[in-house]
Amino acid sequence: MEKGKAMARRWAVDFSDSSSSSHPTVADPPGFARSAPDLDETSGSRQKKDAEAAWKAQKAWEVAQAPFKNLLMMGFMMWMAGNTVHLFSMGITFSALWQPISALRSVGKVFEPYKDPKVDLNAPRLLFIALNLGGLLLGMWKLNTLGLLPTHASDWVFSLPPAKEVEFAGGGSPFY
Amino acid sequence: MEARFLLGFLLLLSLSSFAFAIYEDQVGLADWHKRYIGKVKHAVFHTQKTGRRRVVVSTEENAIASLDLRTGDILWRHVLGKNDAVDQIGLSLGKYVLTLSSQGSVLRAWNLPDGQMVWETDLQISNPSNSFLHALGNVKSGRDSLSLVCNGGSIRAVSSIDGLVVWKKDLSVDGLKLKHVFQPPESDTIYAIGFIDSSLIALYHINAKTGELLKHATQASSVDLSSEISAISSDSLVALDTSRSNLLLIKFMAGTITNHKLPLSDIVQDFSGLAELIPTKSNDIFVVKTPSNVAFIKVKGDNEIELIGKADEAGIVSDSLTLSEEEQAFAVVHHSNNAISFQVRINGREALTEGIKIEDHRGHVKRVFLNNYVRTDKSHGFRALIVMEDESLLLMQQGEVVWSREDGLASISDAVVAELPVEKEGGVSVVEVEHTLLEWLKGHMLKLKGTLMLSTPDDMAAIQAMHLKSTERNKMTRDHNGFRKLIIVLTRSGKVYALHTGDGRIVWAHLLTPLLQSESCPSPSVLTLRNWRVPHRKALQENPSILLVGRCGAGPESHGFLFIVDSYSGKVLETQILDHSIAEVVPLPLADSSEQKLHLVIDDKLNAHLYPRGSDALEVFVREMANMYYYKVENAKEVIKGYAFKKGCSTGSSAYCFGTRELWSVVFPSDSERIVAAARRKINEVVHTQAKIMTNQDVMYKYISKNILFVATVSPKAAGGIGSAAPDEAWLVAYLIDTVTGRILHRVTHQGAQGPVHAVVSENWVVYHYFNLRAHRYEMTVIEIYDQSRADNKDVMKLVLGKHNLTAPITSYSRPEIATKSQSYFFTHSVKAIAVTTTARGITSKQILIGTIGDQVLALDKRYLDPRRTANPSQEEKEEGIIPLTDTLPIIPQSYVTHTRQVGDLRGIMSFPANLESTTHVFSYGIDLFYTRIAPSRTYDSLTDEFSYVLLLITVVVLIVAILVTWAMSQKKDLQEKWR
Repeated sequence: MEKGKAMARRWAVDFSDSSSSSHPTVADPPGFARSAPDLDETSGSRQKKDAEAAWKAQKAWEVAQAPFKNLLMMGFMMWMAGNTVHLFSMGITFSALWQPISALRSVGKVFEPYKDPKVDLNAPRLLFIALNLGGLLLGMWKLNTLGLLPTHASDWVFSLPPAKEVEFAGGGSPFY
Repeated sequence: MEARFLLGFLLLLSLSSFAFAIYEDQVGLADWHKRYIGKVKHAVFHTQKTGRRRVVVSTEENAIASLDLRTGDILWRHVLGKNDAVDQIGLSLGKYVLTLSSQGSVLRAWNLPDGQMVWETDLQISNPSNSFLHALGNVKSGRDSLSLVCNGGSIRAVSSIDGLVVWKKDLSVDGLKLKHVFQPPESDTIYAIGFIDSSLIALYHINAKTGELLKHATQASSVDLSSEISAISSDSLVALDTSRSNLLLIKFMAGTITNHKLPLSDIVQDFSGLAELIPTKSNDIFVVKTPSNVAFIKVKGDNEIELIGKADEAGIVSDSLTLSEEEQAFAVVHHSNNAISFQVRINGREALTEGIKIEDHRGHVKRVFLNNYVRTDKSHGFRALIVMEDESLLLMQQGEVVWSREDGLASISDAVVAELPVEKEGGVSVVEVEHTLLEWLKGHMLKLKGTLMLSTPDDMAAIQAMHLKSTERNKMTRDHNGFRKLIIVLTRSGKVYALHTGDGRIVWAHLLTPLLQSESCPSPSVLTLRNWRVPHRKALQENPSILLVGRCGAGPESHGFLFIVDSYSGKVLETQILDHSIAEVVPLPLADSSEQKLHLVIDDKLNAHLYPRGSDALEVFVREMANMYYYKVENAKEVIKGYAFKKGCSTGSSAYCFGTRELWSVVFPSDSERIVAAARRKINEVVHTQAKIMTNQDVMYKYISKNILFVATVSPKAAGGIGSAAPDEAWLVAYLIDTVTGRILHRVTHQGAQGPVHAVVSENWVVYHYFNLRAHRYEMTVIEIYDQSRADNKDVMKLVLGKHNLTAPITSYSRPEIATKSQSYFFTHSVKAIAVTTTARGITSKQILIGTIGDQVLALDKRYLDPRRTANPSQEEKEEGIIPLTDTLPIIPQSYVTHTRQVGDLRGIMSFPANLESTTHVFSYGIDLFYTRIAPSRTYDSLTDEFSYVLLLITVVVLIVAILVTWAMSQKKDLQEKWR
């Protein structure tokens, strides 16, 4: 989903930014003078920039909230899967664990398109991380309800070999 | 987690395999069944011109069988009960086999061609003693012929057609023992001769049709009579006196008895010692066997006797065989080294002598049965059935062994398992590989056809044949799965056989006791066999070997001997006659540097002798001596005693001899308890885990100890058979005793229960089988033992960090607290033997192998014997596989390990692990042998034989092709896309 939105803005040529700051060494061409009439244009571009920043911020929030829907859907699926260990419930649980993890790994990339000096991406980022962690917790909880987390003593002792015996007694009924 | 996963997986599998069986065409793939008859004691030939030539035999194992004389195959066989020993067999009317059994009280007739029982008569004999059967050929009442059974002083005439007792005559004379019955030809009178109290000879004339006593006479004998007689003609017989040096010739004519004493030294020149009369039925000739020779003696006229032939060496003499009116044939067989000389004497004169080479592992000749046939030139040819010392049966004809049967295997007393040699590297040619590959492909194509149901009946037969002759299973090398092993068995005769698990063939066989026979060891007999060396780590280049322990005489004081035998070849590596007796052999869980297992031989003075003799063995033992104990169950005294070892023994100063010190004793009150059964865990059983996990994730710790002894006692009144005691007088007490400290861990009393008790101990549980007098049914009880003193080890954090003492060595002296869980169930069958499956790592769930009264082996899941079973298990418990409680254990016909086969007179079941964890070998023995492999939780760790590799291969190929095609197509499409 995030990917789809990122696709829409895979590239952008910024015609508006023609400031000298980008090319400080290159001189203006002869006969070209930066003058007042340009100011109008720059104010227009600033407006445009603001609009775009607002749009980016909005989009970033949207992206950050996306896992919430996911979470709901996952919860429903888990409820559907039941509490017994079988292929379906295992698949659901592992995908529920895998999705947040992969999303968390790609946090940087997800918010890349909305990078803007004017947009504060930290808040959406935090929300995104929090929601994914929530998803992860949900997955863990499911794993536990399936009995696949080693939280019981039985999980730690089931493969313990029997203790060695110090003594040995042999014998039986003698031959007659 | 992974293991948990595995457990869940196992559970799923085990749930799906509530009952499983094999398909009809899988019979004989992994299993084999061998039929034997046992040591032959009587033989009757049936060699009519028409029909199959056969010999009917009865054996010490109480079997009656008809063997094909050409091949030695069993045509039919019946195994009578344990207490139904066959006394005599005979033919009647040319179509029935008569058997007299149970000390002359049961007479049965069997149809000769197919072995069906025609009739059975209980003769209701009050005091069974030595009876004999006399089939009268010519007492004809209509088409019937009578058989006479004499027992002490009574005679019964039984109709051969329907088994009805036609008449019965009780002569009612105290001390009368009838010895011989005969009927002169064309006469209705039967003469019965008997001895009264070894001093009087009595003669009775009886009407053959009515049993009426016509006349009787008695006469005092001039010597004390022994019970050995030989009937030599219609009116005379020869008896031996109690000093065994005089003969008495008894004649009875026209109602009078004459007897005449003849000292044996007059007849046989160099006579000394004790003579033996060989029972014969012949005309005027009898055979006396003395320690130095065999004499053939002919009676001439009145009281004249003449020595007509002598066989110099004391040989084995057969019964006489009547060739014609005048001619009597005997077979005399001598044994020397690895050849036997077979001599036929007609009227005492040598008629035929043949020397026959014989394998030296068969020992001496024990019995001979002679039979003749008429050659094309009308001369007589002879064949003989020979029973050897190892109880094998040979048929000899024209100087060679026509067939031989290894019937010693019908009396296995002990068995161990040994590995086969490791396969040598290399040596497989390319041609061979190609050939096998082709065969392999062909085989799988056939199998594929079979699975797709396209195969013709011919193909089916080919598949079956392929299954059966698969060479893989019969190789003489070790395999990866551990399916090929050697089962080394010891038989009653002391012969050791190595059987291949693939097809049950005999790899090697040796009769070792003759090697020892000497003055210092007069009558060696082997008691038991043990694994001596099981190389696995250090001594892989050494061959595994077997220890055979025996004693030189009959009494418990007689000296013992040891044999160490190579398991691969049966070669004797070491022989040792010990200077002490053998009361018990205790294998220790210790081994010396060359992987020889340490054994303690306990003698009758309770000294312990360490074997092998070697300084490092001694060192290993002395280091561990403080922790070694010995216990002794004295069934006769109702005592169990425990001992510790100490240095220095009472009889000698050998460094390998240790004394014992009594530590404890458990004395059962003899007026209320009798020991009837004792069982302990197998010393080499592997247990995978010490924890038992409950449904609610709770943990219980199993009390796993090798030193638990299960002992069952019953009240003295209930020690007899079922029905000997009323329910109020019968009780059964089950004990669990720690054999190190003598502590009674658990004791439970079953009121109104009695033996026979069969028990098996494994891991932390005991299962035992007994009879419940109140319910009139057999019952099985399971006791599971848990260690209460470790029950608090439940803190997850501590367990995660490894701060627990669960793997610390435990000692019996710490007096662990025990908790038991127990449950009882009814069981339909009585039980002959009981065992439990053992696997390589102890992960696979267990099955209890029960030898049923029908001589089959039933595999009962341990889950049926689970004390946690309740009538209404919760959902979780059901998921875990707990079966709802029922009062009776189910017997599922598919779970018979032996499928349709029977192991006649089943005596033992043995289970030993394969390398594959899921699979275990099961070997059961009685008169027959049956071997199979079973997988109690199915073969979860390997693909089964039916797995279609071809189908898999085809699928893989199809998938690859599909991938390639789609890849090419997508490439093309991409290109087109780009050009657009």
